[in-house]
Amino acid sequence: MNIIDMIDREQMRFDHPDFRAGDTVNVHIRIIEGSKERVQNYQGVVLKVKRGKMNATFTVRKISHGIGVEKTFALHSPRVEKIEVISLGKVRRSRLFYLRERRGKKARIKERRIL
Amino acid sequence: MPKTMGILGRKIGMTRVFNEEGRSIPVTVIEAGPCTVLQKKTADQEGYDAIQVGFLEKKASRLNKPEAGHVKRSGGKGFYHVREFRVADAAAYELGQQIALAEIVNIGDKVHISGKSKGKGFQGVVRRYGFAGGGATHGSMFHRAPGSIGCSASPSRVFKGKKLPGRMGNFLKTQKNLTVVDIRNDDNLLLVEGSVPGSRNGLITIFTKE
Repeated sequence: MNIIDMIDREQMRFDHPDFRAGDTVNVHIRIIEGSKERVQNYQGVVLKVKRGKMNATFTVRKISHGIGVEKTFALHSPRVEKIEVISLGKVRRSRLFYLRERRGKKARIKERRIL
Repeated sequence: MPKTMGILGRKIGMTRVFNEEGRSIPVTVIEAGPCTVLQKKTADQEGYDAIQVGFLEKKASRLNKPEAGHVKRSGGKGFYHVREFRVADAAAYELGQQIALAEIVNIGDKVHISGKSKGKGFQGVVRRYGFAGGGATHGSMFHRAPGSIGCSASPSRVFKGKKLPGRMGNFLKTQKNLTVVDIRNDDNLLLVEGSVPGSRNGLITIFTKE
């Protein structure tokens, strides 16, 4: 195996569930405050999933106190404790940037059913 | 840190690793060593103390006679790359001795890394020196040219060192004070933070503190 792949594979995490753009996920983030470490939940819609080995990232958007917030996580980061898939969304594109211009009812995403 | 003792290596490529805090660090992966001591140079004989080492073993059938003769006393193995490192005391080394990566660097150390940068060919001043260039459109007739290169009758010559188009890259470049992120002895791999001159599979020299 290629040496770079070997180093990547050692660090990559295969414990995360599969999810794609449009799904709602709850990300458990490990946060270090001073000397303390705690886990914060961050729940929202996945706007995009950037594939790749160690470079894979995903962006989650949520509305926090009326303000849109987007966070991008490295998929294989040890700071991401756990990813929970809350619901599956049915969308027709892989990058949901159009959600940024939408509010309330217009920003809804249909549920995807698994056959 | 003077450029003294070091080890030869081959650049493998770049990736990222996460540290204990979970921060992502861009790293260059280098296959470094082991190097074999081929010759010792001493202050008495050559006027300075140094060791000559070889890296990447060559098949015996590929050695020419002068090369074979040179490596005879150090075990008879020839190498693709041979280089000299200045050391304080060459007598501390033995001919044929293998210098492994772990013996000269530790995780967290700072190292200097030299390599031949990628050749870019004949380049203009915009790419070579970062000149701003002119407007592309709106009637501009000045695009990527260097512009005025000096005064007129006095001095009636162009000053030496004037930045003009020419060959770019393909020269020895040293990246200083790179942090060693990880060392893997089984595969002779060295991971340093940041980038390193040269292309993949290019020969690089890692200088450490004596």
